[in-house]
Amino acid sequence: MKPCSFEYVKAESLEHALAVLVEHGDEAKILAGGQSLVPAMNFRLAQPAVLVDLNGVGALSGIERVDGMVQVGAMTRQRSAERSSVLSAHVPLVTETMPFIAHAQIRNRGTFGGSIAHADPSAELPAISVALSATLQVTSSRGSRSIAASDFYVDLLTTALEADEILVRVDLPIAVPGSGFAFAEVSRRHGDYALVGVAASVQCDASGVCQQARVSLLSVGPGPVLSTSCAAALIGERPTTRTIADAAAATASDDIDPEGDIHASARFRRHLARVLVERTLTRAFARAAVSAGAAEQA
Amino acid sequence: MNGRARRGSAESRHLLSDFLRHELGLTGTHVGCEHGVCGACTVLINGEAVRSCLVFAVQCEGAEVTTVEGLAAEDGELHPLQEAFQAAHALQCGFCTPGFLMSLLPFLEERRDSGALTDDEIRDALGGNLCRCTGYQNIVEAVRLAHTKMSGGAGNSAGNSVGTSTGNSAGTCAAEGA
Ligand SMILES: Cc1cc2nc3c(=O)[nH]c(=O)nc-3n(C[C@H](O)[C@H](O)[C@H](O)COP(=O)(O)OP(=O)(O)OC[C@H]3O[C@@H](n4cnc5c(N)ncnc54)[C@H](O)[C@@H]3O)c2cc1C
Ligand code: FES
Ligand code: FES
Repeated sequence: MKPCSFEYVKAESLEHALAVLVEHGDEAKILAGGQSLVPAMNFRLAQPAVLVDLNGVGALSGIERVDGMVQVGAMTRQRSAERSSVLSAHVPLVTETMPFIAHAQIRNRGTFGGSIAHADPSAELPAISVALSATLQVTSSRGSRSIAASDFYVDLLTTALEADEILVRVDLPIAVPGSGFAFAEVSRRHGDYALVGVAASVQCDASGVCQQARVSLLSVGPGPVLSTSCAAALIGERPTTRTIADAAAATASDDIDPEGDIHASARFRRHLARVLVERTLTRAFARAAVSAGAAEQA
Repeated sequence: MNGRARRGSAESRHLLSDFLRHELGLTGTHVGCEHGVCGACTVLINGEAVRSCLVFAVQCEGAEVTTVEGLAAEDGELHPLQEAFQAAHALQCGFCTPGFLMSLLPFLEERRDSGALTDDEIRDALGGNLCRCTGYQNIVEAVRLAHTKMSGGAGNSAGNSVGTSTGNSAGTCAAEGA
């Protein structure tokens, strides 16, 4: 099908885009990569009256290391994030995860911020942002604010963003010695949205005791789900095959409430969650040990 | 547009795919699903493969767009990638072919001087395009053949390595195609 008519505004600057949002309120929508919005418009599931195109606002894209953060501009293409040497050196979880998002042709156009703002429960970047404790920088004509990723995802396709706000940047903490990460998902075909996906971010002290275990799951709820069982079972402990398996089993039974659909039953999704949490945690702790060892030698 | 300046007018809601086909008469770009899944509408915008059904024509003002019509030379001589598809019998109805070619062009150009491509690499590159006819096997063969042609030039060296690296099936197909 074809989109309904709308007024197209090519934003010349962030200020220009913000002013258009103020003028049109709920009627206006931001156009980023268009890889979720345009399909929805083609199906007429979305019928915005005004589209504000951010593709000409160069200041909104770029990847930069600043102090303890890597700052990713909202309009940075997913493909650029995938190929960024700054991200692979300092936030390796992003690099590991990007190839799971759709196909290269979609990532060439789709943006880092667009995926986060869209908040699809099956999307990888929202889950990553929660596992990494990212901070989302948001601006409107009223001012700017920072939102912790874990407070950002409110419900299905719903975020803490107000209608006049634009997500401008995603700040990702850089990996410290003793930290380890892993991502895994199961999908019917590579490039499809995941049946279940898991992002794990852990940190251990020099003696190998777990200080942090953030495990975030996708496709098992209305948004990314942070496992409380993993944190409870692992922090303060030395991770073993046994504690990891227990944490994974508790996550699958207590932390998630997946729905069944034509692709997978709820029961199968729980099974996948348990297996994937176990695998990602095992990999993340192994990497944390290597990272701690390397730091000791240096 | 394929190396020439082209003008046309588009309503804001016109998808690039429809603008190419209906306004510019470039019907080589095919439209399958209009939601980004099938890949038939893939074109290059400023050198990168993207879905033309998920971009509005107005967004492409001033951009360099390459479609399947831009592949062959002025005199009609096929691009090595097109030759490879013909030789390896990588199409049946051909509906999907323009999308495959435009997805593969930047992929192969980036790997011009790399060693032999692995099956995994090739299949990953094909992952964003659907074909209902071929079963993909001959498309994988065509990519390998195109890689050889594009890396080594069309001369002897390409001929030799085709024989060794793609084995009999491509050899037989090439003979049938000729
Ligand atoms: C075939 C196909 C397969 C896909 N598979 C996957 C997949 O496996 N995993 C996955 O995660 N994604 C997948 N996607 C979606 C893709 O990653 C999109 O790029 C992403 O979801 C949205 O980013 P975008 O830049 O394209 O945003 P758009 O589509 O332009 O926008 C999406 C929404 O977010 C809003 N928005 C965008 N940017 C901002 C901003 N800076 N501030 C405020 N609001 C904003 C828009 O108004 C709109 O409502 C797939 C898409 C397709 C077509
Ligand atoms: S028509 Fe564009 S991807 Fe199918
Ligand atoms: S050749 Fe018919 S769809 Fe691919």
